[in-house]
Amino acid sequence: MATQHSRSAARLMMAPAVVLLLGWMLVPLSMTLWFSFRKFLPLRGGDQGFVGFDNYVRFISSSSFWPAVQTTLVIVLGVLIITIVFGVLLAMLLDQPIWGQGIVRILIIAPFFVMPTVSALVWKNIFMDPVNGLLAHLWRAFGADPVVWLTDVPVYSIVMILSWQWLPFATLILLTAIQSLDGEQLEASEMDGAGFLSRFIYIILPHLSRAITIVILIQTIFLLSIFAEIFVTTGGAFGTRTLTYLIFQRVLESQNVGLGSAGGVYAIILANIVAIFLMRIVGKNLDA
Amino acid sequence: MGRIVLEKVKKSFSEVTVIPPLDLEIEDGEFVVFVGPSGCGKSTLLRLIAGLEDVTDGTIRIDGNDATSIPPAKRGLAMVFQSYALYPHMSVRKNIAFPLKMAKMDQAEINRRVENAASVLNLTDYLDRRPGQLSGGQRQRVAIGRAIVREPAAFLFDEPLSNLDAALRVGMRMEISELHKKLDTTMIYVTHDQVEAMTMADKIVVLRAGNIEQVGSPLELYREPRNLFVAGFIGSPKMNLIEGAEAAKHGAHTIGIRPEHIDVVEAAGEGVWSGVVGVSEHLGSDTFFHIHETGLAETITVRADGEVSLKHGDTIHLKPRADVIHRFDAEGLRQS
Ligand SMILES: Nc1ncnc2c1ncn2[C@@H]1O[C@H](COP(=O)(O)OP(=O)(O)OP(=O)(O)O)[C@@H](O)[C@H]1O
Ligand SMILES: [Mg+2]
Repeated sequence: MATQHSRSAARLMMAPAVVLLLGWMLVPLSMTLWFSFRKFLPLRGGDQGFVGFDNYVRFISSSSFWPAVQTTLVIVLGVLIITIVFGVLLAMLLDQPIWGQGIVRILIIAPFFVMPTVSALVWKNIFMDPVNGLLAHLWRAFGADPVVWLTDVPVYSIVMILSWQWLPFATLILLTAIQSLDGEQLEASEMDGAGFLSRFIYIILPHLSRAITIVILIQTIFLLSIFAEIFVTTGGAFGTRTLTYLIFQRVLESQNVGLGSAGGVYAIILANIVAIFLMRIVGKNLDA
Repeated sequence: MGRIVLEKVKKSFSEVTVIPPLDLEIEDGEFVVFVGPSGCGKSTLLRLIAGLEDVTDGTIRIDGNDATSIPPAKRGLAMVFQSYALYPHMSVRKNIAFPLKMAKMDQAEINRRVENAASVLNLTDYLDRRPGQLSGGQRQRVAIGRAIVREPAAFLFDEPLSNLDAALRVGMRMEISELHKKLDTTMIYVTHDQVEAMTMADKIVVLRAGNIEQVGSPLELYREPRNLFVAGFIGSPKMNLIEGAEAAKHGAHTIGIRPEHIDVVEAAGEGVWSGVVGVSEHLGSDTFFHIHETGLAETITVRADGEVSLKHGDTIHLKPRADVIHRFDAEGLRQS
């Protein structure tokens, strides 16, 4: 019986969790907002009072702002496209009955369990090193000049590292989705005269649309805040400075907490715009 | 056109042989029903004809042409699945139009055929809905619609009614029979329900463990079951099978008599069986009595008029009609 009494008891019991969560979010959020309106230079005079929207104007008018936004978008979109395209292909491949299926699946999932810092270091030193890296050896084996990955094509190198990390996640989600596809539907479409490509376009892809949306949603949230991969590889040089990394540099390298906080508020706004878009799409897809 | 001939068709899944070599001819325009107990290979046989499974050995001919290695889409057959297998993200209209779209037919012709099929199947009002918004019977009709627009040489149905409730099943049974009369196309229908088989078929194929036990019209199977398996499978309630002395009197190892061929009589006498009434099932028009302690078999089932009133434990006298007693030998084969 959901009586008045039991409902208020329920509220009472949920209260600690709700208060804790609110505190967890509200305290940092309000501190960020608070600092973003102040001139706060810890090593150069400390907290020097309110400056209105000065920090916001300076953050956005800085010559590094728009390139950072652009880099962020390129990295997020690049990784999304690569992981989804290859994720779908791998999922379809893994769905086939093959010998040693279990082991192959575990191998494919493995990169997801490697810590970001470690995987970035592995890529930087073992694969992408222009002298001793495996890729350099490969290039030389074909008589080509080794690519200096992190200097010549830094953004794409980072996209590659991130894709390697996130491909397992996408594959895993898409594989479970593919496995839930009714085999009779595929057989019916086969009898209806659909070739492989038509089956993919008209049956498999629509079936996967929900899983794809979920992959996009979750990956975007995590990709907007990547840090370790950039810190370890290029340190933000060569145009690999994302919004997150820019904020880090403002606060810790330039020791300007106010300016960094203003950047943080912009990042929150950006993340929310993305979230609203995604919610719309997901909402549309989930009720289908 | 839709004459389908199976010659020595065999199917094994790795080591297990599900269908031993089997011959079957299905004439153009016939309504053929495959029946048999669960796991006997009905679906497998249908899928072999459809091309969804490869035959291990043997030949499938459709209209005289060897179709054994032709892919399913090119065989000109349409299949209705037990789970309907509708495409959930497409409207009813798109579902029905899908095979035509795959055949790259022009849009005007597609529309004409879809409208046509929809009106035949009473789906006109639902064309813009998704399958998820339809009832089971409507989904079934959409699946049939998707099959008929292609104007196939033959329809294949795999237990299409088993997900429907009893009343709807009777209705759909009629509709499918009606459709067959109207289209005059070969239909192959798989079911484990012998009532469906009896009411719909021109020709019934009784299968057991991949073997064809008997092929014939419903009445042939009912009147002259070739062996004990068919005798027990066709007819509801089941035929009474009696062994021992009573069978020996008729010069057989086993005799069979259907519940509807036994009369309830007033008194004991020559050739009259006596027993005690057990459970009785009242259907209104008829009553089925299950009789015990006859000394013939565990139970004897009898159909009596709905008016006959006998209670549990009453003594009953039965007289089988001599001209409809089926006689089987020790191997279970019919003796003429
Ligand atoms: N892909 C397969 N691999 C191995 N064995 C199979 C396969 N498909 C079917 N079988 C076996 O073949 C036999 C016949 O199966 P089938 O599905 O044709 O039965 P059915 O007569 O349609 O039964 P039901 O009435 O329960 O649908 C079963 O014993 C089943 O276990
Ligand atoms: Mg079956």
